[in-house]
Amino acid sequence: MEKIVNLLKKQITSTIIAILCGFIVVAILLTLTGYSPFEAFGILFNGIFSKPKYISQVIIKATPIILTGISVAFAFKVGLFNIGAEGQYIMGTIAATVAGILFDFPPVLQIPVVVLSGVCAGGIYGAIVGFLKAKYGIHEVITSIMLNWIAFYLGNFVVNTQRFHQPDSTGTYIINESGFTMFLYGWKRSEEGKAFLMEHPVLLDVILKTDVNFGIVFAIIVAVAVAILLKKTTKGYELRSVGFNKDAAEFAGIDVKKNILHAMLIAGAVAGLAGALTITGMSPHKISTMGTFENYGFNGMSVALIAGSSPIGCIFAGLLFAGLLYGGGSLQSAIGAPSEIINIMIGTIVFFVALTKIVPVLADKLVKRGEKHAR
Amino acid sequence: MLDNLFLLIGITLMYSTPLIFGGLGGMVSERSGVVNIGIEGMMTVGAATGVSVAYFTGNPWFGFLCAGLAGGLIALLHAIASITFKADQTISGIAINLMGSGISLFMCRLLFDGATHTPAVERKIPKLFGDTRITGVAKNLNVDLTVIFALVLAVVLWFVFYKTKWGLRIRAVGEHPAAADTLGINVALTRYVCVVISGVLAGFGGASVTLAIISQFSPTAISGQGFIALAAVIFGKWTPHGVYGACLLFGFAQALTIILGGGNFAVPSQILSMLPYVLTIIILILFVGRSVAPKASGVAYEKGAR
Amino acid sequence: MDIKKDYAVQMRAITKKFGSFTALDQVDIDIKKGSIHAILGENGAGKSTLMNVLYGLYQAEEGEIYLEGEKVNIKNPNIAISHGIGMVHQHFMLVDNFTVTQNIILGNEVVSGAGVLNMTKAHEQIKDIVKKYGLEVDPDAKIEDISVGMQQRVEILKALYRGAEVLILDEPTAVLTPQEISELIKIMHNLAKDGKTIIIITHKLKEIKESADVCTIIRRGKYIDTVTVSEVSEEDLAEMMVGHAVKLVVDKTEADPKEVIFEIKDLVVQNERKLDAVKNLNLKIRKGEIVGIAGIDGNGQKELIEAITCLTKSKSGTIKINGKEIQNTTPRNVINHKVATIHEDRQKRGLVLNFTVAENMIIENYGKEPYSKKGFLNKKAMYENAKGLIKDYDIRPDNCEGLLVRGLSGGNQQKVIIAREVTNEPDLLIAVQPTRGLDVGAIEYVHKTLIRERDKGKAILLVSFELDEVMNVSDTVAVIYDGTIVETFKQGTVDENTIGLLMAGGAADGKNS
Repeated sequence: MEKIVNLLKKQITSTIIAILCGFIVVAILLTLTGYSPFEAFGILFNGIFSKPKYISQVIIKATPIILTGISVAFAFKVGLFNIGAEGQYIMGTIAATVAGILFDFPPVLQIPVVVLSGVCAGGIYGAIVGFLKAKYGIHEVITSIMLNWIAFYLGNFVVNTQRFHQPDSTGTYIINESGFTMFLYGWKRSEEGKAFLMEHPVLLDVILKTDVNFGIVFAIIVAVAVAILLKKTTKGYELRSVGFNKDAAEFAGIDVKKNILHAMLIAGAVAGLAGALTITGMSPHKISTMGTFENYGFNGMSVALIAGSSPIGCIFAGLLFAGLLYGGGSLQSAIGAPSEIINIMIGTIVFFVALTKIVPVLADKLVKRGEKHAR
Repeated sequence: MLDNLFLLIGITLMYSTPLIFGGLGGMVSERSGVVNIGIEGMMTVGAATGVSVAYFTGNPWFGFLCAGLAGGLIALLHAIASITFKADQTISGIAINLMGSGISLFMCRLLFDGATHTPAVERKIPKLFGDTRITGVAKNLNVDLTVIFALVLAVVLWFVFYKTKWGLRIRAVGEHPAAADTLGINVALTRYVCVVISGVLAGFGGASVTLAIISQFSPTAISGQGFIALAAVIFGKWTPHGVYGACLLFGFAQALTIILGGGNFAVPSQILSMLPYVLTIIILILFVGRSVAPKASGVAYEKGAR
Repeated sequence: MDIKKDYAVQMRAITKKFGSFTALDQVDIDIKKGSIHAILGENGAGKSTLMNVLYGLYQAEEGEIYLEGEKVNIKNPNIAISHGIGMVHQHFMLVDNFTVTQNIILGNEVVSGAGVLNMTKAHEQIKDIVKKYGLEVDPDAKIEDISVGMQQRVEILKALYRGAEVLILDEPTAVLTPQEISELIKIMHNLAKDGKTIIIITHKLKEIKESADVCTIIRRGKYIDTVTVSEVSEEDLAEMMVGHAVKLVVDKTEADPKEVIFEIKDLVVQNERKLDAVKNLNLKIRKGEIVGIAGIDGNGQKELIEAITCLTKSKSGTIKINGKEIQNTTPRNVINHKVATIHEDRQKRGLVLNFTVAENMIIENYGKEPYSKKGFLNKKAMYENAKGLIKDYDIRPDNCEGLLVRGLSGGNQQKVIIAREVTNEPDLLIAVQPTRGLDVGAIEYVHKTLIRERDKGKAILLVSFELDEVMNVSDTVAVIYDGTIVETFKQGTVDENTIGLLMAGGAADGKNS
């Protein structure tokens, strides 16, 4: 009994329950609309696991949303709602693209320059939100929403400037190759590399046919670093105390405004990193005119929520999210079931994440009832 | 000159109308103490439902009503989560946004052979003075009827909130639920009603895009209006007239970018498009500053806790 | 006593438990119609619990309630209201940004037609009640703009507007000035004359003598006696309330104050509404003495503490510790100058409820050795520190260093704060309402700790709205009224009445200033 209760109290249990609920709801919906849920889920999982290439694609797609997820999760821990990860991500892509086109240093210098441009742009963009909140008390949600749109139009503006616009296209020039962060990029296109890969079809599939890149390594490093920052450092203690109770933090001599600014700076930088790594690591290595938001930041919110705001959890939640999206993409062609069913599933999972916060409370009640009976 | 002025007014009203529906919806919900970040999703569902129903029935009015119904239904989910289960209202709202766009496109694909946008409806919601009679300069002032509805709605909500007992009760529930509870007001029921109404209004807002401004649903029909509406709620300080004004200001800034973009100005259109958003931030810094949300907003009510 | 029709309320054998704690144990009470009936008891004796049972906020495990001879089952406040019972809670249930009228009619509105408010008619109805009982209020004023005394009248009006025949007032005088108290007593008499039954919950003897006809005494959840007030003395009441066993006088030796270490000169502080709340206040505290500030809530205490701790700006004047000015700096700077504060609102300002006990213990020192090493937290040092303090200060449950402080009882939460602040080795220890909401044992512990620290040579500033606490613990009593210290006494040189008068704005010689 006690074991069950303790299990129920673990956050991971709640999350798993929420994910299961997502699958159940979608299964019901598919059945109602005349599709076989088993077939659909089969295709979904095939689309994720059946080929090494697919797995590789999922990891590639997961990288940016893991990072935006960490950005949102981190801000949550400091009591801030970073709905602006979208804009910070866009700023990261813009800055990385601009830097990647303008400069052409050797890779060892070029890559840091390009990536850091994105990190800085995102960081500054986040810091604006923090500054406006700390200085003028303007709600971070409202400024973030505005800044998202400003970033959106700034991106479209940059695409259409003469210096960056590639004629007869909807995008900018591709960044200089010295800024690419793909795994073995030069080698895999060399004769020697091609010959080697031909003999190893699995590697061929993974390395040549996809944009395997170092992004996921960055994402994992960032997740671990943010987790350490929050849990193990003095700065993290400050940030968390501001997040939990800013009045008590203020009274204990902690500078609340400074911490809000720092938190948004870091959150923005992480989202900016996501943007920069998308440019350096994935084709088309450029930004294009956007008709609507690409949702990397907004998806990060879902990732953070599914992860229960744990930076490490964001890695898994991001992989899940990307897996569902990528695997679900083939639903339409395979059985004609709208692939948007995946969006419904993710929405349902997040919805149940909100609901399952009640599971530990119920578990407590269960214990109390048990005690009563025992008497 | 007059031409441009009328055009400016016409476009302002056109752009602001969906925001007004969404914003007023958000206001009703937050005034009762439930943060509704899911307005965007509810608007999307309304936009898709409205135009689909109108397409199959040929009746835009029926479509408009069904849009409200659909918005209300999905809002009910938010109400169940945030009131009955005392779930985190922000998380639930985000989930509603995800589900809203997912369900809309899902239904759209099912109904229209896998297409992500609906066909155009033949009959849109009529304009104020009919569709053909008005020509010339005044044409731009021949606004959609939804524009008038939005204005009427704002006035009605203002009256309800400040002149009737229901308004008094809703405001009390949002400010001090324990006080309302000790006076026999059903806090949960009040909040349920308000959240559902907010969904209905957001649904109308969505339909006012797809049934009046454009005539079909597409994945980009609702792209961010719900969030702008949310900003307008804060900007308008949670009052019907404030929200109406804030949305009008957004619409105005949008219209300005269009008018200015049409001329031979040296400013690129993308930079002009930022205007509404930059303007909002500047206004917030200069005039609004800290806005005070309803005290109990976002907090689930625990009976007996005080 | 039999169940009779001319008794407004009769409660029989009421037992109420909270977990394993018995708050009420077989309590009986009989309240005659049209009387003013006091329920007397110490903090935590169970008097509020009894009335919350009557009002339907709590359900008793055992017992019966009769109203005018009829047995009733009061499951919630709505049922109580429908039976004509009204309650004015100690913490008012008013919507701050509503007007007086809106608060009164809420839930029971005067409407014309389909739900449209008829404010003119509502005003008239309220005016009638106001006139009848002399409850002067401005019906159009917003709650946030009126005084606490006025807010209390709004609460009374709320009950009367709903046709209350029995009115329960929970600690009605705790937040009032003496003038407001005498007006309240007048109002109570008016109501009783009109046939209303008034129940006041209080632990203040003087007010019972002035207002009540009958008094029921409750001690530690048990019924002690019911007496006719005119037939007993204050001393008799006190004895019944406290019992012989507990004596709430604090054991302490004469203070041995040394040099002045803390000095406030001509301090002016504005409140949130930009009005001067602290006006040219002067105060000195010496090493080894406890200075207690006596005063009614709202006379500038809050602003004074906020100014000292630099949560708010001082408009003018100086605050010096060890000769250094600290006003208008930062909370961090104040802490660095060896000022420690036990804040009155422990959950808002004192603790991070979602932090562990160990984490809370270092909230001012997390950045210093040994808790911080090169920017990293030293968890081992943090836990060792907590373990020591938990043992020294007897914080329960045992070994709670890794538990969230949220899970601790109020008394133990307060001990966490006290342990932390005292171990900061401050030169000045400020304690604001340090015993609020604590049980008798915990109160004694807090007082002893303050005195122990005094004996170690610390300067201590105690702010409390409980005059008894100030009188018992302090060596010097400073009376605050309207934002300024009106008079300072050495403890033992004055009686409570003199101080009470000063707290109300009267002069020490008996004339109103």
